[in-house]
Formats: sequence, structure tokens, C-alpha cells
Amino acid sequence: MFDIQIQQRPIPSIFETTDLWDLLVIGGGPAGLNAALYAQRKGLKVGVIAKEIGGQLHNTSTVDNYLGIPMIEGKDLSSAFLKHLEGLNVPLYLDYWVASIQKSNGLFFVTMDHGAVLKSKTILFATGGQPKKLNIPGEATFANKGVSYCTTCDAPFFKGKNVIVAGGGNSAAEAVIDLAAWAKHITVIHRSQWRADQIILEKFKSISNLTIYLETQLLSIEGKETMQGVWVLDKTTQSKRYLKADGLFIQIGLIANSSLIQSLSKTNEKGEVWVDESFMTSMPGLFAAGDVTQHPFKQIVIAVGDGAKAALAIQQYLIHHS
Amino acid sequence: MEKFFNDDIRKQITQILEQMVRPITIKLFVDEKGCQTCNETKQLLTEFKETSKKISLEILDKNQNPKEAEKYGITLLPSFVVLNDLGEYKGVKFNGIPAGHEINSFISALIEMSGHPLKIPQVALDRIAKINKPVNIKVFVTLSCPHCPGAVQNAHRLAMLNPNIKAEMIEANTFPGISQQYNVSGVPKIIINEKYELLGNQPLEAFLNEIEKSLRA
Repeated sequence: MFDIQIQQRPIPSIFETTDLWDLLVIGGGPAGLNAALYAQRKGLKVGVIAKEIGGQLHNTSTVDNYLGIPMIEGKDLSSAFLKHLEGLNVPLYLDYWVASIQKSNGLFFVTMDHGAVLKSKTILFATGGQPKKLNIPGEATFANKGVSYCTTCDAPFFKGKNVIVAGGGNSAAEAVIDLAAWAKHITVIHRSQWRADQIILEKFKSISNLTIYLETQLLSIEGKETMQGVWVLDKTTQSKRYLKADGLFIQIGLIANSSLIQSLSKTNEKGEVWVDESFMTSMPGLFAAGDVTQHPFKQIVIAVGDGAKAALAIQQYLIHHS
Repeated sequence: MEKFFNDDIRKQITQILEQMVRPITIKLFVDEKGCQTCNETKQLLTEFKETSKKISLEILDKNQNPKEAEKYGITLLPSFVVLNDLGEYKGVKFNGIPAGHEINSFISALIEMSGHPLKIPQVALDRIAKINKPVNIKVFVTLSCPHCPGAVQNAHRLAMLNPNIKAEMIEANTFPGISQQYNVSGVPKIIINEKYELLGNQPLEAFLNEIEKSLRA
């Protein structure tokens, strides 16, 4: 619980002394960090700008599908990534938000929210995603008053309470496992069938305080000061019923954090950034990788792989466009 | 008690704290008869003090020092304030232990209170300067919340920049009473002047929007 997680770093002076970067990576999750690692090894002048290192790794307690590293905590995998980058002296600009990205005369200008401007030949946009909302009545009213999107952050508030987990993927299944240690009873509500890995679902056998309603849709969240229950629709019988609960953990997927570049490049109907096979967006020199892109299967190992591919493609691009 | 820092962490923190410009003082209030995480907080702050000559630490029993406690508006224990080199209170307070992820907001507070320049755009500085009524910002956190330190940092930066603003971190698990009072079941949860709420880690601008809204009301 007290486990020290240092992310603070001084901003390296290289960000003030470098006039033009080969590549600026925006985002500190698995895709961005691995791209930076590959670019640094290739000798590119690369820097990483990130509000937080690790991205969504911090929303998951245990990662057990990263080859070679079984059962590692998300935060520990994030620390290992950070340590690896620091070992290679990749400059990290942490703790600040990017306010805007503009292209002018073939160069990219990244303006930070405190006013500093960084200039680069290419950009890799790897800002990941954030939890998708259900968009049902009561969701906004009871956000942080029962409704939560981060199990690792908020599970301790539900000690001895009744909670619902919405969703049917790995994140939802992991949320059930995380909550089992705290909650009195957990109910899973999912509108279709499980998509989670069988190996995670097997663990449910040891959880006694669990009820699962598949083919069930959440209709609304009810309460007064805090949430008290939900209305659901059983899709098989078309009957509605009310379930009492103190908390609702929504784990139904992601929305891409693409707002910064929506005016620069093509996105699909979900707001995910369109990229070609070399991870370039519709704007030359602007690349994207990881969960922010249109690629399906949002997984750590896939984001890491995409980051590497993007970095190699960027190196090729720079050779042909410098 | 086991130490919080291993050699690796101590080295990292020592290096990061080299950015400190002037000395600072931490005043920690505890209940010597015992309180949840009082000993751990004492230990953590003592280990911090050992990493930099610029940090002074005073540990006070609230019951024996009621006037001091009142001066800084100490109501919860453990609670500590970070004072600048002149011993002035700029409204930077932590209620509960800033361990786990929250170590990051604590490190920032030390560095920034010591006079390390804040990177804030002039437009925001102008808006902050215009705040002319008392503002209290409470940021509820848990130690396992990666998005919380950013919210605490922003609140503390606002406090450092305007004497009307006081900002405090509250570790929600240590203080279930006040957390329930504010209906906290998710973090970070930011309460401005007891009433206005922000959810999640938000840019400084969102804080300013909400503060301005609260002052117009």
C-alpha cells in the first residue's frame, strides 16, 4: 500500500537546448515508450512528452499476458519500462500536458500547456485511450459517488459493500478479481457473452460472492447522495428489474484520446486515429501507435510491438524526407 | 519499522531533490498517543529529511501544541504543512501519508516550495492573481491512484501562487469520516470551497474555471 512509486523527474535541459528534434513521442504508455527506445537505439534525436508514465498499465493490478514476464503488477511493468528508457538516456518531458500540435513548413510545433514550444521533423502520437462511458441516466450524477472507472484506484472504498462490474472483456474480469478482496458481493452485468480470456474466467471459481448476468443491459443508475442501485433489462426475457448496489465499476472498453490531432488527421467513427501499414496518419510525418489507433485488440504487447514498428517506419521516413 | 527507501529509491530521491533552490520546513502534526499512519508518516518524512540538507522537519504533538495546530488549521492527524525558506505558510498541506503514487505530489511540493520556477503560462498567472477571496481546495486521493498526484500538484501550485488559496491533500482511506462526509467513493475528487466538484486529474485551467465559478456564486 505504501509502495513508493516515483515518477517525478527534472525536465532535462536538452529540451531547452535542442532546436529541432527528429521525433517527439507524445504519450508515456507502452506504445510511446517502446517507440522511443527503438528510435534512441537507431540514433534518432528523440524525446518523450508524457503527462504520466505507464498510461493504462496503472489501471490494471496484474498483467499475466506479457511474454516472459508472468504475473507482474501493472505499476511494476511500468517502472521496468521507465528504467529501461532511462538506462538508454531517453529524454523524458514528464508531468505537463500538450496544449496543441501544429504543422508549418514541413515541421511540427508542439505547444505545452505552460507555453513552451518544441519543434520536430516527425511526431508519434501514442496517447492511448480512456475508459468508455455507458452513457446512461445517472452515470454523470453518480460519478465518483459510486460510479468508478478505475478499480485499482477506488476498490478500497467498497470494503464490505455490494458492487456491480459492467463489461465482459479482460478488464471487467480483472476488476472482478481485484474487487473480490474488498467487496461483500460482486455482480457482473454484461449485454452479451464473455470476451475475457478463459484463464481469467477460471479464477472466478474461487470467488464465492459473485453473481453473473450475461445478456443483460444496464438502463439507469439510481441513488440520492450516492448511488444505491441500477435498473437492468434481461434481454432474454425482456424483463426489467432493480438491483441494489453501492458501486458500479464500468469496464466496457476505451475511447481513443485523439482530440489533439482530430483536425490534423483522419479518424474513424469511434474517434480512433487512422494509420497506414507504416503507422503514418493521413498527415505526412505524423505517426500514431497503440490504443489511440484504429487497430483492434487493445493489448499491452500489441501496443509495444506497434511502437517498435512505428519507430522503424519513422526512421525510414526521415531517411527519405530529410 | 522497516525503511521506506531502499538504496535505489534513496539515490533517485536525492538526485531529484538536487533541484531544490532554498531551504524549506515541514511541520508534521501527530498524536503521540497514536493515530493511523502517524508513525509511518514520521518515518517517511524523516527519511526524506535525510536525503537533502535543504529540508528541516519539526514533529509536533497536536495536543501539546494547540496554538501551532490552529495556526495551520490542523484538524486531521497525521497532517503536515510545507513552509518556505522564510517559514511562511503558503497553503500547502497534506493530510495522511503521501506514500505510494502520492510520493510524486510531495516531491513536487518540496521542490516548488523551495523556489524552483513553476512552468505556468502568463494567461493562467493573470487569472490566478485576480482571485481575491478565500478559496479552499480539498483533493481526496488513495495511494494506489496514479492520476491523483497531478491533481494534488495543481491544487498546491495554485496555493503557492495566491495567498487567498489554501490546498490540501486528503488520503481517503486514513480519514473515512471526512471522505464519507464528502461522498468520496472515487479519486481523485477535488472539492472547491466545500461545494464545487471536479473529478479526475484535470489541467490547471479546469481548476481555474471551477474556482472562478465558485467565486461568482
